[in-house]
Amino acid sequence: MHTPAILSVLGEDRVGIVAAIARVLAETDTNIEDIRQTIISGIFSMTMLVTVDEEKTPFDDLQRRLAEVGEEIGTQVTLQREDVFRFMHRI
Amino acid sequence: MHNISPEEIVETLLMITQQNLDIRTVTLGLSLQSCADPDVEVMARNIYETVTARAEQLVPVCEAVSAEYGIPIVNRRIAVTPIASVAAATSAADLTPLAAALDRAAAEVGVDFVGGFSALVHKGTGDAEARLIDSIPAALATTERVCASVNVASTRSGINMGAVLRMAEVTAETARLTADRDSFGCGKLVVFCNMVEDNPFMAGATHGVGEPDAVVNVGISGPGVVRAVVAALAEDADLTEVAEAIKATAFKITRVGELIARETARRLDVPMGIVDLSLAPTPAEGDSVADIIEAIGVQRCGGPGTTTALALLNDAVKKGGAMGTSSIGGLSGAFIPVSEDAGMVRAVNDGALTLEKLEAMTAVCSVGLDMIVVPGDTPVETLAAIMADAFSIGVINHKTTATRLIPAAGKQVGDVVEYGGLFGSAPVMSVNGWAGSRLIRRGGRFPAPLGSLRN
Repeated sequence: MHTPAILSVLGEDRVGIVAAIARVLAETDTNIEDIRQTIISGIFSMTMLVTVDEEKTPFDDLQRRLAEVGEEIGTQVTLQREDVFRFMHRI
Repeated sequence: MHNISPEEIVETLLMITQQNLDIRTVTLGLSLQSCADPDVEVMARNIYETVTARAEQLVPVCEAVSAEYGIPIVNRRIAVTPIASVAAATSAADLTPLAAALDRAAAEVGVDFVGGFSALVHKGTGDAEARLIDSIPAALATTERVCASVNVASTRSGINMGAVLRMAEVTAETARLTADRDSFGCGKLVVFCNMVEDNPFMAGATHGVGEPDAVVNVGISGPGVVRAVVAALAEDADLTEVAEAIKATAFKITRVGELIARETARRLDVPMGIVDLSLAPTPAEGDSVADIIEAIGVQRCGGPGTTTALALLNDAVKKGGAMGTSSIGGLSGAFIPVSEDAGMVRAVNDGALTLEKLEAMTAVCSVGLDMIVVPGDTPVETLAAIMADAFSIGVINHKTTATRLIPAAGKQVGDVVEYGGLFGSAPVMSVNGWAGSRLIRRGGRFPAPLGSLRN
């Protein structure tokens, strides 16, 4: 099952954030569909639309791995199913 | 990004992380009609087995949905068929074994409350209903998770005044039996007018006889989100703008409720019931209906203007919510439980909010006189008269009203009781001493109002 999800990353800017997140996604066969990234007053903010292959990587496993990486690099990483945003902001 | 902007993503994340957006409850409604048996012990066993079998997956499914969507689901609960209607099969006088079975089943499946130790007596009290009502004080004193509710009035039938007095006595008895816990038993007891069949919120949740065998009902939350939106408006924004902002926010909150309801129902393989649009406060800072009223422009909740602000809030939430789901149900109106809302508690302590103003607020919101602590020596006739006033508002205005009064044993005005968690703490409120005791003692039935003749 291919599940669209939104990955958001917030934290202090430093070298290697994108690389660290992208490595987890590559290792879990999670495809990146779109990326937007910006720095606001030194705060790194990135949102990604990804497709999770739940047959290869269960959703909660991916959430756990991303949270671990987030902790290592000192950023807050959340992965949520995409419908929650679509439901909340669109009819 | 599928047309979802980064601003919208950040808005959603802020709502969850900073403004307490959550799903207040996912409530599994279960029919227990098939559990009826002449032997009360057999019936208790049937109830335990039915609830544990049907609700086994409730908590794991809610935990998974909550994690995957990143939306906290604060409570997972169970509502069952009003036990009095199942208990008609037995002649046992003491129905507390049925409450004990519900309590054990709730603990087994990991839910904090199960609602439905209930009876409907708005037009007259049947034998099983009388036995259930007699069993309420002991049931609430000896169980942890069971909630009781009794419907004593409806627009179609008027008010069963004898049942009102009886429920005042039951409330006082429950307070006495749970005196060691500041009479907390009364926090699990709701007396209703125009009870609904699909309310997901405790303590008044039941699974009505018109419902399917099992159903998922969801109660949204979000006072903190609405407060933040109102507070962000310009100081001089007019009330149309305020209503518009609340409406837009209510839509978003409701959509989250709709999504969670659909997804949990799908995974539990039961039909989705309703989304209840009630704004339900918590003791957390800012997650308060009183704070919204004050953000709209009342100096302190309870002051003149409060009823206007609450009416505007409640109406705007419904209008926004109605666009967000086609399955509105339950109570769907702002809750004003005093102990559970830090802003309400502050208003009582400041002398701004009184019992009489809360009664007026009942006329324009959801359930009225909720989690109100009064002195333990308040006469039962006075408790009954306070209830009757709230139910009269409901009967005449075709709406649900309810009371959850706590005559805290040994407590006086000025004392504070602490219930902890979502139940919060509350100052003991003063009660008008000029009660209609003689009116209450007359008994009989308050006739159905002319407005009930609509066919």
